[in-house]
Amino acid sequence: MPSERRRVELPTSESAAVRMLLIAIAVLFFGLFLVLPLVLVFAEALRGGAAGFVKAIVDPEAQAAIHLTLLIAAISVPANMIFGIAAAWAIAKHDFKGKSFVITLIDLPFSVSPVVAGLVYVLLFGAQGYFGSWLSAHGIEIIFAVPGIVLATIFVTFPFVARELIPLMQEQGTGDEEAALSLGASGFKTFWYVTLPNVKWALLYGVLLCNARAMGEFGAVAVVSGKIRGLTNTMPLHVEILYNEYAFTAAFAVASLLALLALFTLAVKALLEWRYGDQIAAGSGRH
Amino acid sequence: MTVADSWTWKRPSVIPGFGITFGFSMAYLSLIVLIPLGALIVRSASLGWDEYWRLALDPRTLAALRTSFGASLIAAAINAVFGLILAWVLVRYRFAGKSVIDAMIDLPFALPTAVAGIALSALYAPTGWFGALVEPLGITIAYTPAGIVVALVFVGLPFVVRTVQPVLADLDRELEEAAATLGARRLQTIFRVILPPLVPAILTGFALALARAIGEYGSVIFIAGNLPYVSEIAPLLIVIRLEEFNYAAATAVASMMLAISFTMLLLINLIQAWSRRRFGHAV
Repeated sequence: MPSERRRVELPTSESAAVRMLLIAIAVLFFGLFLVLPLVLVFAEALRGGAAGFVKAIVDPEAQAAIHLTLLIAAISVPANMIFGIAAAWAIAKHDFKGKSFVITLIDLPFSVSPVVAGLVYVLLFGAQGYFGSWLSAHGIEIIFAVPGIVLATIFVTFPFVARELIPLMQEQGTGDEEAALSLGASGFKTFWYVTLPNVKWALLYGVLLCNARAMGEFGAVAVVSGKIRGLTNTMPLHVEILYNEYAFTAAFAVASLLALLALFTLAVKALLEWRYGDQIAAGSGRH
Repeated sequence: MTVADSWTWKRPSVIPGFGITFGFSMAYLSLIVLIPLGALIVRSASLGWDEYWRLALDPRTLAALRTSFGASLIAAAINAVFGLILAWVLVRYRFAGKSVIDAMIDLPFALPTAVAGIALSALYAPTGWFGALVEPLGITIAYTPAGIVVALVFVGLPFVVRTVQPVLADLDRELEEAAATLGARRLQTIFRVILPPLVPAILTGFALALARAIGEYGSVIFIAGNLPYVSEIAPLLIVIRLEEFNYAAATAVASMMLAISFTMLLLINLIQAWSRRRFGHAV
């Protein structure tokens, strides 16, 4: 009878009351720290109506910031993608001593504060840096210019692609490649037709996360950019400037574009995990 | 002697391309990461012993490091507790909206820190949606050290959930059933059977959240108030020293931050090694 069944306490599960309590705590914590801030970004962005939102986005300085952010991502993401593929090929498909040390070095940028990441380039290429006088003598600008922002962005997004590919390619072994090579395929053909199709979803996953971070990086870029409006101001830096000028609606309007990018990233990520979870290495999501 | 035990550094392989991919990877790694970090170490060494410690032990620097470290510890502890509850609820229970929560847990990884910073600041300010609720109780969150903790809880939230979740999902339910048939009460089973194998994952998540929090800048500076000696974090102090063109002081603080990063990395590796020895797998 249902009334009796409800009273039975399973010894391998918690009581309904405890379950409800734990779910309530989890949902409240989640709502307070994740949902409310996200909702607030869009609510504040639309506070001035659609017209205010559009005005903030089509503003020339906002447009320049959007273009710069896209340019930075267009350079740094492919750079780290090529590195990630090369590093994964060398590390996962070959055996050599000191491999785990090399993997630790690749993960290093995740442990370094973004501000420190920016600072190291200032120490190298800034006016008082090791190459500062040589660079200024030759008219090359790195710090307070686009190259510095690209370098800082590459630093902070360095491990994303490599760390998705390495564990998966290690798990897949070298059997497929050896078969292709023994049938006469060239090394590049083997990579292109055998290895790449096996890791394409993990590669997309890594590139997606790399791109989200590249477009959103703040600390490292803030240190090297100099925040020259219209020139070296990326979207996150533009958000900061607008916010500090009390142009809240405009700040949240630009921020809402970045929030949309984050939501898009999460949606594609969830889709990849749901559809191709077995083709994406376990242990992702530590960044 | 066979080929297998004669190889010295690299095992011979029919797979081509090792030389070029390894060479390129190492060159890229050196240029982007190792040489720049080396420059920071060389620069701090060139300050000289006395000058370095004068800058490093400056009261404002120590206060900033204490603020960063203290707030990060509190935030990581909060994340350990609530992260465990979230992971538990997501793995063990069914409820409406579960898959949305599961997908959204990674939001702090995807949302730019500056966006998180202004959103949290507006939310927890005395006039904000949440700040206004607790203000009559005499609690101010934004522009105080409590605000720093709030921002750091946000950025560290996914770490514990994402390290505990897979381990919890892989736990053998038969162990719990065995404990129950042997007469254990549910609470005993949880504390004696379920939690011990989760400890390495919780510790790893805690350490990852802590490491991330100590270096965090973007989400904190908007909500912190940034008052020297009170709510000024170490990364912000580096930026301030740089803006004063005081490169020596910036370098000194940064080198200490780097040392903390290396210590955290070592700690995480030690937890992994211990877990592998004790439970047969890393987390």
